[in-house]
Amino acid sequence: MDAILPLAQIIVFPGFLFLAVYGLFLQWVDRKLCAVMQNRMGPPWFQPLADFIKLMAKEVIVPDEADNAMFRLLPYFALAAVMTAMVSIPVGATALFSFQGDLVAVIYLLTIPTVTFFLAGWSSSSPYSTVGSMRVLTQLFAYEVPLMLSLIGPAILAGTWNIAEIAAFFTAHPALIPAQLLGFLAALIALQGKLERMPFDIPHAKNEIVGGQFTEYSGRLLNFFLLAVDMELVVGAALLNAVFLGGALGLTGWAAIAVFLGKTMFVTFLLALLKVLMARIRIEQMINFCWKYLAPVAMAQVLFDIFLKYKVG
Amino acid sequence: MSKITVPFGPQHPALKEPENFMLVLEGEQITEAGINLGYNHRGMEKAAENRTYIQNLYLIERVCGICSHSHTTTYITNVEELAKCETPKRALAIRTLFAELERVHSHLLWLGVAGYEMGFETLFMYTWRDREQVLDCLELLSGNRVHYSINTLGGVRRDISAEQKAGVIKRIDYLVERTNYYIKLALEEPTVAARTANVGKLPLEVAIERNAVGPTARASGLARDVRKDEPYLIYNELDFKVITHNTNDVFGRLVVRALELVESYKMIKQILNNLPEGPIAVKVNMRIAPGECVNHYEAPRGEDIHYLKSNGTDKPERLKVRAPTLANLQSVQYMLEGGWLADVPLVIAAIDPCMSCTDRAVVWDPKKGKKQVYGWEELRKMSIEQYKRRGVDFSKLS
Repeated sequence: MDAILPLAQIIVFPGFLFLAVYGLFLQWVDRKLCAVMQNRMGPPWFQPLADFIKLMAKEVIVPDEADNAMFRLLPYFALAAVMTAMVSIPVGATALFSFQGDLVAVIYLLTIPTVTFFLAGWSSSSPYSTVGSMRVLTQLFAYEVPLMLSLIGPAILAGTWNIAEIAAFFTAHPALIPAQLLGFLAALIALQGKLERMPFDIPHAKNEIVGGQFTEYSGRLLNFFLLAVDMELVVGAALLNAVFLGGALGLTGWAAIAVFLGKTMFVTFLLALLKVLMARIRIEQMINFCWKYLAPVAMAQVLFDIFLKYKVG
Repeated sequence: MSKITVPFGPQHPALKEPENFMLVLEGEQITEAGINLGYNHRGMEKAAENRTYIQNLYLIERVCGICSHSHTTTYITNVEELAKCETPKRALAIRTLFAELERVHSHLLWLGVAGYEMGFETLFMYTWRDREQVLDCLELLSGNRVHYSINTLGGVRRDISAEQKAGVIKRIDYLVERTNYYIKLALEEPTVAARTANVGKLPLEVAIERNAVGPTARASGLARDVRKDEPYLIYNELDFKVITHNTNDVFGRLVVRALELVESYKMIKQILNNLPEGPIAVKVNMRIAPGECVNHYEAPRGEDIHYLKSNGTDKPERLKVRAPTLANLQSVQYMLEGGWLADVPLVIAAIDPCMSCTDRAVVWDPKKGKKQVYGWEELRKMSIEQYKRRGVDFSKLS
């Protein structure tokens, strides 16, 4: 029994199955919200699932030029990394596997999918994928530092590297949540870049380089990449929820899960808002923006948090 | 960094019609751009020689889906000039009205496409929703949304009633309000400015040298507009400004088109409020004495030129169309080189290209380096053989 429960948790809740289903659901929420904001109808609720099943049934084509083993393995690496990251992030009251320093581990695990995107594009050796994968890597250097900086602020304030403890700290001191606004916004924008959504969908900008790093992917393999991106949205939203918004707010059981769902959907709403408000920017503009504005803003938040800790603590 | 050659088209998500741009990239920057045309040739000029002047109206309307009225009006002006026909004033006014409505629908469409190409899908969705209003106007007046079929030899086919006039003015008022919003958006939204400013530069000297026309030329500060330079239809009676901009980039082309929309709304109201009385069409003798004629017309995309030669029968001897895209494509190559890959779709879209207007059939054999222009008989023979190989025999049809 002792062995079965963690296994069930990893496979069903809050592990793989929950992540996949909620990822597809959030994809629908995102698409529907964008559609409503753009004055369109938007897809029905089962559309992401239908797309998933359709892609599963499609043929997998591996280009002759591509490295066969790597081409086939990369989607699973992306999927595994995202699922592993979710283990340490609290869904509801507690996280499945929480340890001191898991914040850093989660940040690194979330970098792995991006690296697989780069390798996927590079190993398919078509001009569009090559340009796309170069953009993936360039973009990684733009948003990664602001994202890390903005997550460090709350960690310093709470005096811990444990995500669940950071959430507990903000639950105990709700007055400090508004003080993290700047860092939250910086993290939100950097997350948008990490998820490669408009206006940062530069690596797979369809009217420039067709499918970018995924141009040569098809069928099941493409499906797993897309699923990994959906799951990354859940993990990213859950991370922001735990680090900036106080996690479950001290609730337990079903109420905690309801709070989790509500707040991740709120984060998705903010991400959708960013998506519809702006035009896609160029890669060099993104780097300028991230280093000139986003990183200093995140840094200011860190300094402010150190000041607060000195004052409060 | 090593150079990569990226094929842009003939099949590409950014292109609405098949055409090919070969881009040599160094990192993200373009060092060389080549343009290949000819994926969309339909042999219309040749087909026009086998049809009567009236039947050709149907054909010429289908040269282009967006400027269908521009092409028929230029053609019909030529025919009427050769037939020495006095077209009634009211018909000319109605043609002008359609021309301006068409410009509104074309420019709104372009605004949406530009939004899409710069990755601003909300702008695309909004402008195309509003464009429905002007399509409704056209449907109200002509019964059709895209190919209005309003022109006929000696006049127009439908008159405008008082209710129709009220319906159009109501919709135009709505569009005026929306267009002001888009102008504000174009001028104030930072990401739009970031994507369009200093992109696809075309200095005035180059615009003149490469023969740019329409909004592309006007955004380079070149006040070239047939409506003003050599007024046709009833443009000499209308009060409007030629919009120019001197930033020489895609942003300028955006502003020029947006402000031209406002001018067009003004003109539509002027025409509707001062519609001359009288008949809408006169009878014309179908057999037209031998002669030649050239006319030009300011289509939404730029100057459209038609040449027509008659030979005394009811069919033209030769028809030649010079569509605005052909003139503007020369500038595209200049605008692409030295730019970013990310700007390619926007730069190409900024001239509002219409490939089906432009493509001509010239066969070039790269191995022998030989160029050959095929005639009607040869093309027909080749197509019959092509279908024979697929098991269909068209040789009995004459």
